[in-house]
Parts: sequence; C-alpha cells; structure tokens
Amino acid sequence: MSLLQRRRAAVPAGGQGPATPSGGRRRAVLLGRAPQDTPAGIGTYLLLSVTALFAAFPLYWMFVIATSSDEATAQLPPVVIPGDRFLANLDEVFSMQDVYFAASLVNSVIVATVVTASVLFFCSLAGFAFAKLRFRGSRALMLFVVLTLTVPNQLGVVALYIVMGKLGWNGTLLAVIVPGMVTAFGVFYMRQFIVNTVPDELVESARIDGATTMRIYWSIALPAVRPALAVLGLLTFVATWNDFQWPLITLNGTDYPTSMVAISDLASGNYVIYRRVLAGAFVATVPLLIMLVVGGRQIVRGIMEGAVKS
Amino acid sequence: MPTTRAAPDPATRPRPTAGRQSTWRDRLHRFDARYVPYLLIAPFFLLFFVFGLFPMVFNGVVALRHWRLDQPELTGWAGTENFRRLFTDGDFGNALYNTFGIFLLSTVPQLLLALVVASMLNRRLRAQTWWRVSALLPYITPITASTLVFNVFFARDHGMANWALGLVGIGAENPIDWRADKLHSWIAIATMVNWKWIGYNALLYLAAMQSIPRDVYEASALDGAGPWRQLWRITVPMIRPVVIFTVVLSTIGGLQLFTEPMLFDLNAQAATGGAGGEWQTVAQLIYKVGWKDLNLGYAAAMSWALFLVILVVAALNTLLTNRISGGRK
Repeated sequence: MSLLQRRRAAVPAGGQGPATPSGGRRRAVLLGRAPQDTPAGIGTYLLLSVTALFAAFPLYWMFVIATSSDEATAQLPPVVIPGDRFLANLDEVFSMQDVYFAASLVNSVIVATVVTASVLFFCSLAGFAFAKLRFRGSRALMLFVVLTLTVPNQLGVVALYIVMGKLGWNGTLLAVIVPGMVTAFGVFYMRQFIVNTVPDELVESARIDGATTMRIYWSIALPAVRPALAVLGLLTFVATWNDFQWPLITLNGTDYPTSMVAISDLASGNYVIYRRVLAGAFVATVPLLIMLVVGGRQIVRGIMEGAVKS
Repeated sequence: MPTTRAAPDPATRPRPTAGRQSTWRDRLHRFDARYVPYLLIAPFFLLFFVFGLFPMVFNGVVALRHWRLDQPELTGWAGTENFRRLFTDGDFGNALYNTFGIFLLSTVPQLLLALVVASMLNRRLRAQTWWRVSALLPYITPITASTLVFNVFFARDHGMANWALGLVGIGAENPIDWRADKLHSWIAIATMVNWKWIGYNALLYLAAMQSIPRDVYEASALDGAGPWRQLWRITVPMIRPVVIFTVVLSTIGGLQLFTEPMLFDLNAQAATGGAGGEWQTVAQLIYKVGWKDLNLGYAAAMSWALFLVILVVAALNTLLTNRISGGRK
C-alpha cells in the first residue's frame, strides 16, 4: 500500500500551483498558469452541470417511463415526475412468456461474475509473468498480445459460431462465458501495473529465500496490485454485462438469454409497450449504477491510467 | 544428474554443487525458472488461440466456402464467389453508406465535445471526482437500455424531441418521422452514440492534459494566449497521441456499430434497419445475412470486407488527425 502512495505522490498533485505571483509579474503568471491550477469559474460549473444533466437525463427518463401508465407516457408536455406503477409494470415484465426475464438476470450475474473472476486470475498470472519473469520469447509474445488489442472482434463472429456449434455450446451460457475468460487488454493492463508496483529486489529476495514462482505471484505480486484488480474487475464486469451482439447470436431464442438479450426480446414484435420494456431495462441497469456509485472512483482511474500508458 | 541442456540462465544460478538430497531441489528450481513462466501465460494463449485467433483465421476459410445453416448438405469451395458478390450487392453498398454517414455524424461532434468537456474538467474543481464519475454515467449504461429510452425520445408522435423542436417552430404542423429517411435516422442514432462516448473520451483527454508539463503553459504566457487559444495551440497539440488513439478507437467501434441501429428498429430483432434499410449498418447486415438468411459463408466474406474497410479508414484517420491536431503552426 505504502508503495502505491509513494508512486502517486511522485505524480504532481492536481491542486498544487506554481509559486504565488506578486507585483508586476502577476498578470503574466496568471496567463501562463496551467489550466489545472486555474480555479473554475461560475461559467465552467454551469456548463459542467448542464453536461451532467445531459448524461443523467436518459437514465432518469427511463425510470420515469418505467413507473408510468400508458396515458402518462403519451402526454405532452412530457411528464417528468415518476409515477407509481413501477411494480405493476415490472410484474408484467416478469410474467411475459418466452422472455425468461427473471432467469436472464440470474444468467447475467453468472456470466459477468465468472468472466470477471477468470479475467482477473488469468490476466494477472500472465501479466505477472510478462512483467517479472525472464523467459525465451517473452518480448515477442507480449508484442503479440498488444497487436491483438487492435483487431476488431467482428471479424471472427461467424467462425466463432461454427466453433461453438462443433462444441455443442451454442445456446448455453458456456458459449458466452468461455470466449470472455481472457482479454488481451487485461494482460496488458496488469503487466503495466506490476512492472511499476512490484520491485525487482523484492522478487529476487523472495526467490533467494526459496519461494517458488507461484508463491511469489500469490504472496507478493497479487497483494500489491489489488487496486489494479479492482479497476480491471469493474471494467470487465460492466463490459460483460452490457455485451449484446454475441449473446444475441448464440443465445437468442433459447431458454437461457442474458438480460440484454431478454430486453431486446421485450422490444421485439409488432407492438412495443415502452413502459414495460423500460421497466425491464431499468432493472438490468441497476447493478451497474450500484457499481458506479461504489467503484466510480476506481473506474475513472482505470480509464485515465489506460489512456496515459497506451 | 539430469541431462538437460544447461544454458547459463541467471535465474537458475543458486545451484547446489553436490549432494544427493539437493537434487530434487535442483530440479524443482530449474523447472520453476524455465517452465513455470510458460505455464503462467498458457491459459491466456490457449483460450485466446481457440476462441480468438482461430475463429479469425477460420473465418477466411468459411468465406471461401458454401456454408449455409439451412442446407448443411451444401458444402465445397465457393472460391471467390462470396467476395465477388459483395461488389454487386446493393444491400452491402447501402449498409456501407449508412455506416459511414452515422460514423461521421457521431465521431466528429463526439470528439470535439469531449475535448470541451475535458478542458472544463481540467480546471481546479470542487468535488472533482464527482464530476468525473457523472461523466461516466452513459458509459456504464447498457446500450440496449439507453437506445430504448432514445426510441421514446425520438418517437414521431408524443416524442420529446419533436415536442422540443415544436416549441421553436420546427415541425410543429408536420412532426418529424425519425425513422422515415436516412438523414433523420442517422441523426437520431448518432445522438445516441455521442451521448454514450463523450464522457469516456473526455476522461481519456483529461488524463493526457494533466500530464502536460506546467512550464509549457508558463512559456505560452509570453505570447499572451488566452484560455481558448491555449486549448487549441498548446493543449491539443500536446495531447496528440491520445487524440489519435481516440480517433482509432472510435473508428474501430463506429464502423462496427450494431446495438443502436438494431434496437432503433421498432422490431428490435428484425435487423432490417428500417423499412427501406435507411439505417442498416454493415454489422447489422452481417447478422441478418448470417442468422436470418442463414448464409454464413457470405456473412464471413462480409466480415472480412468490413475488417479491411476498418483498417484503411483507421489508417487514413490517423494521418488526417495527425495533420489537423499538430501539423499547423
């Protein structure tokens, strides 16, 4: 932990400005001040508030419609206050035939949890090996990992479906879980973090004390990269939960949809009842909202760190 | 003693010189140093080869064969037939056109607005984390859910978009049917894409902005650059690598657009992209050809074509961005 704090302290903290200006040079220094040292004015706060409102409004609006009756959703000017029909609408969603909404939520939890746990384990293993172990071909293999980051997943979808057909996994959760169990991004991210946080001397001295590689991974590397695991875990969970195209291809029309596929089922057919669809959509969004509230800081950090390092 | 080739590997150095009882330790050490690293990366590569790399290569094979889900007895090589068909397929041309249209309408405003939001977030703010987290609300929202909300927003009758436009006198008599023609449907879909990605890109820009050395700004005071000029003349050129990164990211993502156009359709699984294919994207067409028309061979060829298009456009956009964001003096 202390290592991490030191690392962060090395980066200039956000609020630390240059020396306080004085005398005639004052204006020049004000002009030349870095933006992150310039206090935001009223205008900035106002614009940021508008931005935050734009970001939040569709979510709020989803809840409003999810709680309303058909008449209320058709009113103009629009009703912007939640109604009292949320449970009634939800009840309709859960009792719809051939949608399996309740089961789909359970499926999504299973898929996202297993995928996240597996990504964390396998990617930190590989990331540790690339960061701290010397072995023949490690550079070439790492370059390979980085290159695969840029390949669009669209490319293999048709063939993946055929592979899953041969395995007999189409229409089962295995088809969605197994291909997601490792990601090139995860290996890349964990490697970067381990390179920076686990000192070589610590690894060497543990080795002299007779610790095996696996032991060093488990007792030294893993505890040191817990923050990175949290970030990668959150990002993976969100991405897996929200994935739509591949689950739709392999799970649609079966009894095992994920919640995203079930939502698209709700929105299919000749006549779509939006208060019902959005009640379902809202329920499927709640777990992610909770994640953002609990781990928002980590998610922000993960995205920002990824940007600077790549 | 084991007779393996003993390469002078520094990692195996603490090697016991003699003694029978240390032999197993010796072996363990050697195994640990030489093979365990490969064991640690094995799960990743194994899974990646089977479910990532192999399908990509195999896709090329499928594209060259007859492969229909409804006629399993029809097999054999199709040669370049599937690829040649692409050039005369009006649906494919239309889908490419739509994909590019939506891509332009979404990427350009998205990245420009992200830049503006990032430069606001780059000020010294109270409740800094709170503002950043709120920018990520759209990022964590499932696209299926948000698209369905936007569907209500863009409804022809009783839609909030038309109501708001009506207030300023647009389409008051004749409300806009957002699904009736290309331009309007593209605007609606691009709005969803923009909403989703502005905050995310803003955070990427913000990260880069905060790593600009402070003395760069101090030096700029000499030529009296105000905040706006500061943004364009100092900040943007300094964060050019990240700008290029976001352009490549949104090219790869934007040209594969699938969920928004799918669910914008009033029948969410029709994959037609409107009555006349007004907003059918290539990714959507691949889905339709593969799993509605059941022609996997042709869908595979289309995937390859899309991949090539993405490569070319990503390269072009990189060059272009490089020019715009730093080339001028």
